[in-house]
Amino acid sequence: MSEAIQVHPEYNYKVVRQFAVMTVVWGIIGMAVGVLIAAQLYWPALNFDTPWLTFSRLRPLHTNAVIFAFGGCALFATSFYVVQRTSNVRLFSDKLASFTFWGWQLVIVLAAITLPMGLTSTKEYGELEWPIDILITIVWLAYIINFFGTMIIRKVSHIYVANWFFGAFMLTVAVLHIANSMAVPVSLTKSYSVYAGAVDAMIQWWYGHNAVGFFLTAGFLGMMYYFVPKQAGRPVYSYRLSVVHFWALISLYIWAGPHHLHYTALPDWTQSLGMVMSIILFVPSWGGMINGIMTLSGAWHKLRTDPILRFLVVSLSFYGMSTFEGPMMAIKTVNALSHYTDWTIGHVHSGALGWVAMVSIGSIYHLIPVLFNKERMHSIYLINVHFWLATIGTVLYIVAMWMSGVLQGLMWRAINADGTLTYSFVESLEASKPFYLVRFIGGALFLVGMLLMAYNVYKTIRNENEDVVEPTAQPA
Amino acid sequence: MDYATSGSIYTVIVFVCFIGIVLWAYSKKSKANFDEAERLIFDDEPQQDKRESKVDE
Repeated sequence: MSEAIQVHPEYNYKVVRQFAVMTVVWGIIGMAVGVLIAAQLYWPALNFDTPWLTFSRLRPLHTNAVIFAFGGCALFATSFYVVQRTSNVRLFSDKLASFTFWGWQLVIVLAAITLPMGLTSTKEYGELEWPIDILITIVWLAYIINFFGTMIIRKVSHIYVANWFFGAFMLTVAVLHIANSMAVPVSLTKSYSVYAGAVDAMIQWWYGHNAVGFFLTAGFLGMMYYFVPKQAGRPVYSYRLSVVHFWALISLYIWAGPHHLHYTALPDWTQSLGMVMSIILFVPSWGGMINGIMTLSGAWHKLRTDPILRFLVVSLSFYGMSTFEGPMMAIKTVNALSHYTDWTIGHVHSGALGWVAMVSIGSIYHLIPVLFNKERMHSIYLINVHFWLATIGTVLYIVAMWMSGVLQGLMWRAINADGTLTYSFVESLEASKPFYLVRFIGGALFLVGMLLMAYNVYKTIRNENEDVVEPTAQPA
Repeated sequence: MDYATSGSIYTVIVFVCFIGIVLWAYSKKSKANFDEAERLIFDDEPQQDKRESKVDE
């Protein structure tokens, strides 16, 4: 954190600033909705018998807000920043950039209105109805044109590896979104998917799992490949490994979707293929994790003093943990126990809170002082407090869900000698109840950390005294 | 050509491509190129190379 940050007036930092600040705002809103629905599972009265406050409507709002509003804004901010910094050139188009920002905010607001109203296409992680889907497509195309346009006009010969990951993320998400959202509209607010039956399920999880693979993984790996080396002040552990990592990850991820549909109407061979590809996926995932963590080799002491670096490195540890857990859960026999239980929720949040949110938070802490021309964040101490709240919150959350999930799995499959079920569903629900309280506490701690971050970001932006004196020379 | 044959051919092609990528990435020829690429993110900093000169606080 000792770097005197140089200002680059030739870059478009406006759009990066907008997206960076909105990352924090949407993060708080999305996670607050999550904490509310976690509380509803423990205190059901918290839906106040109001339809638009019920779990069924707020749950998609929570997932959309944290993935596409919080995660999305973090990806837009970092990709627009990284592509400019590593291409030594201003964004291809400022107009497209501001269109992307306002268009994306409109999508989020429309989601926040329509989902609580109960308007949904019912496709998980793609619930938004067709007019919003079309808007997303247009905004996304503007994003792609701007990003690749910037790479085309770059002033250096190399395309830094982070940009490869960002590029793969946005191209694949475009394909996934368009294919999955194909629907026949019957009115402005209602449509039916063009796919039916098992094909619809397969398309849904081809989309759903690759939303994880490309939106929540490839995009954030792009972030990792820039911000971890940058914050550590040393180049990535192995650039060669990063190249192999990239091609292995993008060629394997696309096949893993069927593991969401084990023991369903999906053909058996497709399930087995999905299982095998999910297990193989472990290799590139850990290749990337090792590459990120080993970047710190010889500089481990920096973790003692730099909480931003700690965020980034712990995010990689959670990434490694989730990408070990995921392939394991994709094995059909393990899945027979884990599927439809809270274990899945625990797995998702170890990835979402531990990996996605923490790497975003670390990157945003790195970015804010640079973007607003300050030497450092207002309070390093508060970043450290945030780090511990986030880490303890995540651990509480996932441990509670593991225990609840395994308990549910075991209770649901327990059979008496005469073949009847040992436990009713309500008995398993009662057994899970204490864990739902722990999950609520974990989530609340994570949210408090985000509030500290908002305060810290606000103070940093507002602080007039710490402005960095603009350097005279501008090396290209 | 039935589905199994075309699938097998595709698998072999992808596998060969991947081996090619690994050989290319780890060849001596690419080394200088990659060394340059990995330092790219530090090139736009005002000071001289930070990785050696940076002092911790």
